[in-house]
Amino acid sequence: MSGVETGEAVAFFLLAPLSVIGALGMVMARNAVHSALWLVLTMLSLGVFYIVQAGPFIGMVQIIVYTGAIMMLFLFVLMLVGRDASDSVIETLRGQRVVAIVLGVGLAGLLGLGTYRATQGLAVTGLDEANKAGNVQGLARLIFTNYVFAFEVTSALLITAAVGAMILAHVERRRGERVGQAAKMRERFLPGNYPGPKAGPGVYATSTSVATPAKLPDGSPAPRSISPILPTRELTAAEKANKHTEGR
Amino acid sequence: MTPMWYIVLATVLFSIGAVGVLIRRNAIVLFMCIELMLNAANLALVTFSRINGTLDGQIMAFFAMVVAAAEVVIGLAIIMLIFRTRRSASVDDANLLKY
Repeated sequence: MSGVETGEAVAFFLLAPLSVIGALGMVMARNAVHSALWLVLTMLSLGVFYIVQAGPFIGMVQIIVYTGAIMMLFLFVLMLVGRDASDSVIETLRGQRVVAIVLGVGLAGLLGLGTYRATQGLAVTGLDEANKAGNVQGLARLIFTNYVFAFEVTSALLITAAVGAMILAHVERRRGERVGQAAKMRERFLPGNYPGPKAGPGVYATSTSVATPAKLPDGSPAPRSISPILPTRELTAAEKANKHTEGR
Repeated sequence: MTPMWYIVLATVLFSIGAVGVLIRRNAIVLFMCIELMLNAANLALVTFSRINGTLDGQIMAFFAMVVAAAEVVIGLAIIMLIFRTRRSASVDDANLLKY
């Protein structure tokens, strides 16, 4: 497996354009959620590349950690941030986009030419020898011998990150600001506040939408039966009229 | 085709990520571009591991993933904190130190 076989070449030339398309889509998508989904495509292709290049463990870690955990975290935060997630297209610096693209093309050319010249005629050894006892076994032997210090430091890093995230997400409340159970109950039964559960939305023969308000006994829509963030669905005259079920 | 094609792909992906960092202004999308650059570096590491015939490159890619996971946790927590206080995730709005 030192050289590149036909199957691998086919896989590469199928997936490499896909991963570049995913990267471009991520940069160009207006909506941040679309960006995240494009990035998932790129990361999945890279996971396949790792597996093809005799690294099944690192490929699986890529798919589980990156597309599984990290991208889900991104989507989670996007959902928390909400509608504001989409970007504005107005340039604050004039010509910034053009300059950035020129810089990017230049960087790609520089890096590509540099590595091409540096690695020209390089013999490809392949991982057959290193993977003889199995890829996971070979990696484990290296992690627990040559890289054992880095591995231990990693645990410190992960604990620090967990504590840091907890501190950043924590909202401090002083003792005085805390509302007790008795105060909550008093507020609930105060005049002007309805203590019971809110009514559900209306269920009609023509609509069971959550945006349809329920009707009060006098026929007017009940404002408490629908969520304030939903646009209220106006009832048509036919729906509003009383259904004459008697005598039919 | 030689494994060098993987390096070419890695440079292309890295450059796209760098351009994205320069032109996007949503902090979360910026973060995704940084993740893309880390991924491109990982691809280069795995490819060099294969060219050299040792597993050290794969170990380095593995450690890069661990560091990226920790970085994402802290970074997203900071972005959430900024969003909670400023009601915006745009990096152009976070200019309080400027004045």
